[in-house]
Amino acid sequence: MSNELTPTDDSVVPQHAPRATDINPASEKRAEQQVAILFGLSGVGSVLLIYSYIFVADNVFIFIPIMGNQNAQQLGIGIGMAMSLFFIGIAAIHWAKTLMPDKEIVNHRHEFRSSDEDREELVKTVKEGVAGVQLGRRKLIKRSLGAAVGLFALPPVLLLRDLGPLPGKKLEMTNWKAGTRLLTDPGNRPILASDLEVGSVVQVLPAVADMEHRPLSDIAKDPVLLIRLRPEEFQLDPERLAMTHEGIIAFSKICSHMGCAVALYEQTTKHLLCPCHQSTFDVTRAAKVIFGPAARPLPQLDITVDAEGYLVARAPFNESVGPSYWERNSQ
Amino acid sequence: MSATEKMVGNTANFVDERLGAAKWVKKSLNKVFPDHWSFMFGEVCMYSFIILLLSGTFLTFWFDPSQKEVVYNGAYEPLQGLKMSAAYASTLNISFEVRGGLLMRQIHHWAANIFMAAIVAHLLRVFFTGAFRKPREFNWILGILLLTLGLVEGLLGYSLPDDLLSGTGLRITSAIIQAIPIVGTYAAFFLFGGEFPGTDFIPRIFTLHILIIPGIFLAVITIHVMLVWYQKHTQFPGVGRTENNVVGHPILPVYMAKAGGFFFVVFGVTAFISAVASINPIWLYGPYTPGQISAGSQPDWYMGWLDGLVRMAPPLETHAFGHTISWNILIPAVIVPGIIFTGMALYPFIESWITGDKREHHLLDRPRNVPNRTALGVMSITFVMISLINGGNDIIATNFDLSINQIMWFSRIGIFILPPLAFIITKRLCLSLQRADRELLLHGAESGRLLRLPHGEFVEVHTPISPEKAYLLQSHEQLVPLEIEDVDARGVRRPGALKNKLQRRLSKAHAVSVPKVTEQELKEIENH
Repeated sequence: MSNELTPTDDSVVPQHAPRATDINPASEKRAEQQVAILFGLSGVGSVLLIYSYIFVADNVFIFIPIMGNQNAQQLGIGIGMAMSLFFIGIAAIHWAKTLMPDKEIVNHRHEFRSSDEDREELVKTVKEGVAGVQLGRRKLIKRSLGAAVGLFALPPVLLLRDLGPLPGKKLEMTNWKAGTRLLTDPGNRPILASDLEVGSVVQVLPAVADMEHRPLSDIAKDPVLLIRLRPEEFQLDPERLAMTHEGIIAFSKICSHMGCAVALYEQTTKHLLCPCHQSTFDVTRAAKVIFGPAARPLPQLDITVDAEGYLVARAPFNESVGPSYWERNSQ
Repeated sequence: MSATEKMVGNTANFVDERLGAAKWVKKSLNKVFPDHWSFMFGEVCMYSFIILLLSGTFLTFWFDPSQKEVVYNGAYEPLQGLKMSAAYASTLNISFEVRGGLLMRQIHHWAANIFMAAIVAHLLRVFFTGAFRKPREFNWILGILLLTLGLVEGLLGYSLPDDLLSGTGLRITSAIIQAIPIVGTYAAFFLFGGEFPGTDFIPRIFTLHILIIPGIFLAVITIHVMLVWYQKHTQFPGVGRTENNVVGHPILPVYMAKAGGFFFVVFGVTAFISAVASINPIWLYGPYTPGQISAGSQPDWYMGWLDGLVRMAPPLETHAFGHTISWNILIPAVIVPGIIFTGMALYPFIESWITGDKREHHLLDRPRNVPNRTALGVMSITFVMISLINGGNDIIATNFDLSINQIMWFSRIGIFILPPLAFIITKRLCLSLQRADRELLLHGAESGRLLRLPHGEFVEVHTPISPEKAYLLQSHEQLVPLEIEDVDARGVRRPGALKNKLQRRLSKAHAVSVPKVTEQELKEIENH
């Protein structure tokens, strides 16, 4: 690479062209006025903000093309604030660009590495200091120090223990038990099998003691979707078919992927779709996953009717609802 | 001496006699900052962070970070009488009853988006120009840390209002935590204070969002900026600019006026956007309940690419010995991002290992002159963009009348094919641009003027380029591959042959470039 072109500093000299404001007094005067006008516009913005805050009622709407009806107070405060800030900035930049000296200057860089003497001295100082601590010689202190620091690390971890209860079997439990009635959500009304038309879908929750104040952590597990098809539309094995009742099939509404509510039902294809990640479940085939990232079907609830003809659960879910977790037994 | 001068003099004297600050301040005020429009991305980050602190503090005066159930009876009629959390109700109050409250909420949210966008733009600028090279590796790593913190802080922030959209985001977050083998379930129970969603999470993330993470931000940003100050800013190559100097305007007065003015401009523009453009209208979503969801649920864009990866993941789970491992969550949400962020943080060291270059660098690269790095950057952008597109596949499907399944399959296949393709195309483009530079230097610029010679031949007249331009075009270094031998001088095989082979291959690929114009070539042209 010996004949490679290496540009040197003095080969070309940077050009400095004077600005109009440097040579023309009229231009300089005009720039000064422009800066003053810009600062003035900022003042106008502040006044607009104060006026809108104090004198414009919060229920006044004004029509602005493209944007439609806008709340006059919010818009006034916002535009006022934007102007008041923006024009201070623009004025300062215009001032700097037109009137302040624009000559570039040069600083020099220095290598960051310390000198060899400094480094050696540092090493010496550190070595002397470490030797002064005498850890190598005083084995008893070394060991007890190690033990103390090790034990010291435990309390902070322990102190966080009460952040929450241990999982236990909580993720496997729902409020569905044998004989629990299916209640409409919203409304908490029991459902007769005949209430459901073929093709309809209803969201239900289990009957519990206090139905007005269900904890959200229950609502994160309990929701079930009831879907009624014509019995011949099912392609289920006998065991699963026995869990349906007169063409009514019940699935957990909580996605087996990440726990979103599987809220979209396509009547023509009989697919359930989760809006979060588009996992798609085929209702006719026991909610088998036919598309998307979910790896397991939605858990099916075994349903029947009680003596009064209302839909009830025949048994609890036989697996955990919702997303997977390490302890989940998915056999 | 005027009265003002005397007063200033006395104050300065008072301070200097106690702190000895005069020497340092004098030096600092003469400090040079080079000018380039791309250097402003970092400034936008810092200014939007200040805007976030100011607007965020305003919001805390009215926000009630509690999941206690209340019945809403505020000004927004459609939700009156509904049961909701105090957090959601107080967010509605800020939006409808505090004057300027909605504006502040929107400034806070827009500023967060601008903050993240500016971080990404700043990161790309630093990457493509090689500003991360020695001695600035520490600052690169701090930058990656700030990016990661920004993602977390943003997620926690838009989760606080406890609306239906953000609650769905938290549901997904909790599922990701649960998916971590062995400790995941416990971690989720400790974070949420029991089963999802519980009533502890909003107050806890409030403390993280307004105290701990901003505190870490403040500390890291301070070190980040102090290192820029101490190591001095990089500069683009040009006449009079070398590895040993820095050319630009001094802090006082030009840089100070421009940078200070720019803060007000950023704040003003953010306020304007927030005044005219609605963002996160939580009153339309309703309060959170896990049994409901709105179609088209989308996170903010900086999380959207992660959601897109989760969406395209294959439906894989391992069931064994009574345990479940959710690869469909772990791979896209934990493993791939982990590899990406670790790789990003280590990149300066990886590149320096490949090139064997251990020197300090203060002059920036033009991206075309380091084709391999530029191609790698474009490849990464392509990867994230495909993920982001897939993260909005439902929105794209409804707006462009496509099927979600088609977009998903496009992404699933494209995520493997398109990034390498982008790498190859970018590398070719860089080499073409280098060739064009070489042409320009040797033959001048095309004038567009055609000349017919006496014997009938047509030629185009080339005009010589300016000396400044010529200087720029030859200022870069020719990349050279490392010469690593497998055997030493005495014919003995060196240890680590495999490592050497890898390093040699990578170094060779990295050094692919168009030869620079030599002095001899220039002379020949002149004599021509």
